[in-house]
Amino acid sequence: MSGILIIAEHRRGELRPVTLELVTAAQAARRAPSDKVTVAVISDEPAKFIPALSVGGVDEIVAVKVAAHEFEPDTYEAVVAALIEVRQPGLVLVPHSIDSFGYAAALAAKGRYGFATDVFRFEYQDDGLVATRGGYGQKVNVEVDFPGKDIVVLALRGNMFKPPEGAASPAVVDFPPPPVKSRVTGREFIEMSSADDVDMTTAEFILAIGRGIGEESNVEQFRVLADTVGATLGCSRPIADAGWLPKSRQIGQSGKTASACKLYVAMGISGAIQHLAGMKHVSTIVAVNSDAGASIFSIAKYGIVGDIFEISEALREHF
Amino acid sequence: MKILVAVKQVAALDEDFEIRADGKDVDPDFLVRDLNEWDDYSLEEAMKIKESAATPVEVVAVCVGPDDADEALRKCLAKGADRAIRVWDDAIEGSDSIAIARLIAAVATREAPDLLFAGVQSSDHTFASTGIATAALLDWPHAAVVTSLTYTPGANTAVFRRELEGGVLHEMQIECPAVLTIQLGINTPRYASLRSIKQAAAKPIEELSLEDLGVAPGHVGESGSLSRVRRMYIPEKGRAEMIEGTVEEKAARLAQIIKDRAGSAP
Repeated sequence: MSGILIIAEHRRGELRPVTLELVTAAQAARRAPSDKVTVAVISDEPAKFIPALSVGGVDEIVAVKVAAHEFEPDTYEAVVAALIEVRQPGLVLVPHSIDSFGYAAALAAKGRYGFATDVFRFEYQDDGLVATRGGYGQKVNVEVDFPGKDIVVLALRGNMFKPPEGAASPAVVDFPPPPVKSRVTGREFIEMSSADDVDMTTAEFILAIGRGIGEESNVEQFRVLADTVGATLGCSRPIADAGWLPKSRQIGQSGKTASACKLYVAMGISGAIQHLAGMKHVSTIVAVNSDAGASIFSIAKYGIVGDIFEISEALREHF
Repeated sequence: MKILVAVKQVAALDEDFEIRADGKDVDPDFLVRDLNEWDDYSLEEAMKIKESAATPVEVVAVCVGPDDADEALRKCLAKGADRAIRVWDDAIEGSDSIAIARLIAAVATREAPDLLFAGVQSSDHTFASTGIATAALLDWPHAAVVTSLTYTPGANTAVFRRELEGGVLHEMQIECPAVLTIQLGINTPRYASLRSIKQAAAKPIEELSLEDLGVAPGHVGESGSLSRVRRMYIPEKGRAEMIEGTVEEKAARLAQIIKDRAGSAP
């Protein structure tokens, strides 16, 4: 068992950036100079992704030409299982992403490989691979190992490893896919849109509200507050799911990323990992929450423990 | 037609908590239990199919867990599940999500549902893998992070949308029977009425053992798992600079931060 196999993720013709983060993560898993880092790309046109995958740290690209243009769980599972069978890598890396949610556990369960998801750190210790993930709403860290497992599949959390710099010329080989009948097939992609045409990705100052606002009738006062202080009103998932604000205002993994934001004021948001994925990069984050133990305080620059209604009422007086 | 809904009694931490003496989990005295938030949505999705169907649909909730997991199942019964099944044996302690999936798959084999729903993930350990591993062990089609579903009871296929990163949906078609993992927001879960909560308290919960399911003790617990917990610890975390003072003082400082923002205060 040697070498590291990375499964590339792509969508609508574009390589997903998280794939390159896995390349960086893989470097630390090389235990001998002969340990190769191989990236497999599964697509109807795998050759299209070779330039984007030719980066420092990649020794080999395996191009797997399949019928499907986009991700299908059965296809990915069958191809990766066949690759593992032939290549016998010690470690397989996939992103902890929506696509991987759809097949990685199936792959691991059938192959009885070692398996852990949402891993943000891993290393080889004397007695084998140790992976670290979060538990209980990220309030604890959990170290797991894989006794008796020669092959381990890890789904790595995004934004934990910097993509590599510099180009390289890895060897490219073709791998014939196993026959597979896909029982789940794609039809179309749909952009979530709504009458509210705000673009959270360009907003520089966001005031975001979460579960702490309590009820729908309280949304209005925060809308007024956002206007008063010159912020764009955003929200965390529960507010959008409840329909209190349109989905287009949701910040987080499945919503929008606050890409241009410089100041983010989070009110009544506890800081689920999926929300943090959309905003933790913002340089100035101010969190206001009644729970001093809320996770959001671990990534905020400034924290205020207090009642969001009292704070926002007092804040309005200053504008 | 039958829908099996796999649910979990999750644990959240008290504000202050301690790690257990063996260093592998939190001391149970500091855990607050509840039905996993995602499971409210998968149960509701099953109920929606049941209530709009022209033919009878049975909704069965299943949970792997010790006695106190009955609470999660009673919640499902109160919201309209027809039956509830709890699987437990002390050998199950220490199971990872894959070993739990083996038990749910065994229940599914026994119950032969047309659809199996599970939450995308559980709020306590967020593995996001139990449902999909269950599908693999049944060799059923599967899809994750379903945010809308169109299915007519008895149909051979279902159409669903999965929620991708960045606010994009992917519409797909799946052959049934299938396992779908259900995302928050797919519907609006109902509240149970006081009357139905009382009625649920009197309903039986079927208890199944490893023997009932034909699962060997070595196939659950640590030996039946793909990973093992070595250590749990409280991480050193970055901490915000806390703004102290009265409400007015805190608000004044926040106002200053907003006004100092480079460039463009209104």
